[in-house]
Amino acid sequence: MSGVLVVIEQRDGAIGRISWEAVAAGKFLGTKIGVDVGAAVIGAATESAAAQLSAKALAKVVRIEHALLAQYTSDGYSLALEQFIAQDKPEYVIFPHTYQVRDFVPALATRFGEMLISDVIAIADGPVFARQLLQGRLQGSYRHTGTGPCLVSVQAGAFRADALEAGSAQVSRFTPALDAAQIRTRPEPPFRGSEQTIDLGSAQLIVSVGRGIKDAENLPLVQELAKALGAELAASRPICDNGWLPMERQVGSSGQTVSPRLYLAVGISGAIQHLVGMKGAQCIAAINKDPDAPIFEVADYGIVGDLFEVVPALTEAVKAAKG
Amino acid sequence: MKIIVAIKQVPERDAQVRIDPVGKWIEELDVQFALNESDAYALEEALQLKEKHGGEVIVISAGPERAGQVIREALAKGADRGIHIEADDLGSRDALGVARLLAAAIQPENPDLVLAGLQSEDLGLGQTGVILAELLGFPHSSLILHVDVTAKGLKVKRELEEGWFQSIELPLPAVLAIQSGGNKLRYATLMGIKRAKTKEVRRASAGELGADASPVVILEGISLPQKQRSTQILPGSPKEASAALVEKLRFEARVL
Repeated sequence: MSGVLVVIEQRDGAIGRISWEAVAAGKFLGTKIGVDVGAAVIGAATESAAAQLSAKALAKVVRIEHALLAQYTSDGYSLALEQFIAQDKPEYVIFPHTYQVRDFVPALATRFGEMLISDVIAIADGPVFARQLLQGRLQGSYRHTGTGPCLVSVQAGAFRADALEAGSAQVSRFTPALDAAQIRTRPEPPFRGSEQTIDLGSAQLIVSVGRGIKDAENLPLVQELAKALGAELAASRPICDNGWLPMERQVGSSGQTVSPRLYLAVGISGAIQHLVGMKGAQCIAAINKDPDAPIFEVADYGIVGDLFEVVPALTEAVKAAKG
Repeated sequence: MKIIVAIKQVPERDAQVRIDPVGKWIEELDVQFALNESDAYALEEALQLKEKHGGEVIVISAGPERAGQVIREALAKGADRGIHIEADDLGSRDALGVARLLAAAIQPENPDLVLAGLQSEDLGLGQTGVILAELLGFPHSSLILHVDVTAKGLKVKRELEEGWFQSIELPLPAVLAIQSGGNKLRYATLMGIKRAKTKEVRRASAGELGADASPVVILEGISLPQKQRSTQILPGSPKEASAALVEKLRFEARVL
């Protein structure tokens, strides 16, 4: 067993940023332990994605291609990758921590008697893999002790994709043995949940509300603050789960990704699923009663206090400043 | 339909946590425990399926004695019986090891459907459901918000990233990892709490299930997270702090 293999995700030939970040994580690990780093792409048509990968400084690029891989299925992807890993014998397999990876890689790992170290945010000497615990309140250091391949998925934004060196990698093809009868699920084409009428992605100022608001009845408090600032109102997942605000106002891994000038988080503890959607903001301010809330790890400014007292005071302060 | 729901007891969301002296886990005596949120949604889905199609809902949980509390809570909400895998060494088992225990207890029940919450709020590995599917040899799908029973099995609504969804058909028996938010959660009624006391909770020890306990991944230690930005905490009364924040946003960060 040797080498690092990065398995990227592609959609119609396009490689998302999180996949490039996974390549960066693989390169980082490979350099650390002194082994080659290759990349693989899975699908029915992988030429375009493979061409983009081969322009980077990688030891090899593999196209895992089969007509039955046209649509993602856990069975198809697990079988294909199981066969390739058994042949290629990488020591580490790195994935982007996407919904797709979460759906099939734990099953793939189980086939090797291994376990995915999921949602990794940093790789230290050892190698030791860091990931968040208790919704970001603590961090854990994980080490692989198994005898098979070590599978790791890396969180969005944890590694820098823009520092990847150019190169020219050899592209090869791997054709897995697949039979339609092995694929037990029947996926339909993806669809949009609802008409997107609010584009939080281009909003410059966002006031975002979380569980701390306690009840839908209290929402006018933050609505007034948003109005005073001229900001869009957004929310963390639980607020939308409860139906207090429409899903399209949700920020986070399952909602929208935003990068405003100012992101003002009100009563949001800062679980990782939320942080990945907003940590690209230029300036983050947070109001929370818990001084240990993870939101304060990414905030530039914080007020520790009861939002029911702070928010009305802040609304007044904003109005006063605007004259 | 015979449905098994795997549930986990986790520290309460607002619990103040302290790292234990050996730096391996938190001081558990400090914290209150509760039912993991996405597991509550998995239970709700199971109860609704039973109400529509009949059958039985069995909850299963692996954990120390205190985990019995979430089993009783599930019984009070309407589950028919419980299985408690008693183990005090769960911390030294990895997600695969814990799933092996669950699978060993689930297998003899021959369920039609196994539901698990998407992700635990403590370890957050988000894998138990998918590993269970592989160990049981069942097809699976994860991030599920809605389940319909069809002539051929199930049709489920799966959440994708950034506001997209997908429908997936799969045959039974199957495993689904349930995402939060698909249903409205019920509360236990007084009658439900009373009835729960007469419902069966079978105890199984990790030893008798005979699942392999040797981990392939170990949690070496825990620590406080490193700050990504240095946060200026603005002190004072709500009014003073608010005035200071507006000042900072206007003249220091220049975002207003």
